[in-house]
Amino acid sequence: MSETRTTRGDWPLYEVFVRGKRGLNHVHVGSLHAADDRMALTHARDLYTRRNEGVSIWVVRSEHITASTRDERDPFFDPSADKVYRHPTFYDIPDDVPHI
Amino acid sequence: MTARQAGSSAEDGAPPGRRAHGDLQELFDETIARDQRIEPRDWMPDGYRKTLIRQVAQHAHSEIIGMQPEGEWITRAPSLRRKAILFAKVQDEAGHGLYLYSAAETLGADRADLTQRLIEGRQKYSSIFNYPTPTFADVGVIGWLVDGAAICNQVPLCRSSYGPYARAMVRICKEESFHQRQGYELLMTMMRGTGAQREMVQDAVNRWWWPSLMMFGPPDEDSPNSARSMAWKIKRHSNDELRQRFVDMTVPQAEKLGVTLPDPELRWNEERGRYDFGTPDWAELKRVISGDGPCNAERVARRRAAHEEGAWVREAAAAHAAKRAARQRKGVAA
Repeated sequence: MSETRTTRGDWPLYEVFVRGKRGLNHVHVGSLHAADDRMALTHARDLYTRRNEGVSIWVVRSEHITASTRDERDPFFDPSADKVYRHPTFYDIPDDVPHI
Repeated sequence: MTARQAGSSAEDGAPPGRRAHGDLQELFDETIARDQRIEPRDWMPDGYRKTLIRQVAQHAHSEIIGMQPEGEWITRAPSLRRKAILFAKVQDEAGHGLYLYSAAETLGADRADLTQRLIEGRQKYSSIFNYPTPTFADVGVIGWLVDGAAICNQVPLCRSSYGPYARAMVRICKEESFHQRQGYELLMTMMRGTGAQREMVQDAVNRWWWPSLMMFGPPDEDSPNSARSMAWKIKRHSNDELRQRFVDMTVPQAEKLGVTLPDPELRWNEERGRYDFGTPDWAELKRVISGDGPCNAERVARRRAAHEEGAWVREAAAAHAAKRAARQRKGVAA
């Protein structure tokens, strides 16, 4: 299509993470397009923190994220499925033992 | 298409080879049945993806076009207070559009392509934004009725089956509440004013009432895609149910405000415990949707102009970024 479209396409996609307040983790809130990292930060501020939703923002080029496979039931997560002994409820302790 | 990331997009779209199609469909159906969310990297039926892209894109376009009717009043607002409020509101609409484009991109849509579709008239937006705003009372009525109707539509979408769409709607709904309240407060202020001001409010209500009811879409028997969208839990309630809710919500607000809703058939139905109301002019809705409303051409032309006139900014920013990146690479090499 038009020339502007190609140019617009050149603005890469960024993922945005916001720390809502001190003591909380950064959380993914969405994405945006920007020409560079600095613009991504200011756009993220204007787009995702218009009402004091954040005290800190991370932006990262979407293409730099590596993710596990798409599938929720992926065997990738199998190693944690069969280790019930990792949970406190696996252990039988008599009721009259206090504070445990 | 820009490079897409693992966490939020539909990259290659092909199902993982080790699973048969039937299993994938089953997993998808189970997820929907358990009222869980579908996330970007899950397998989903093509129809689900297409329906969502269409709906989310139309929704995004509506927010973007929705900046125009009220935006016209920013420079003419009667006080600095009203100007600041209107600015914030219109900025929110832009934000809502961007949250939604971001959600559409997780389905594999391309943002530049969506914009192109809008300005070429190949994708639609809400019919309501094709009506003019000749007086300042329109700003108040849009906040009260149009954003009120939007809230009715959008609150159930916070539980929509597609995760990124539902999450965008949560943010949007929080912000819409400010929109509706500022509109109602504006109208209350005008109603406490002169006779001419009260007349202005009533006139705006008369013009916006029926178009607001049309925002919920055609009647259920004439809404072919509704059933499928509801089965997929993209949509949670039928058009007519949402329209009824809006009427039930709004009538007491109109009474408090002291305006008359322009519907002679509007009356409380004791038996149903709901209001009976007249039938919107569906022929008008069809006309406006198909491009023949009072402001369709103007709205799209304005959006196109903004896009084209902004091209040099986008190009300059991209050139600047490329230059800086090149300089940085050189610095590293040296």
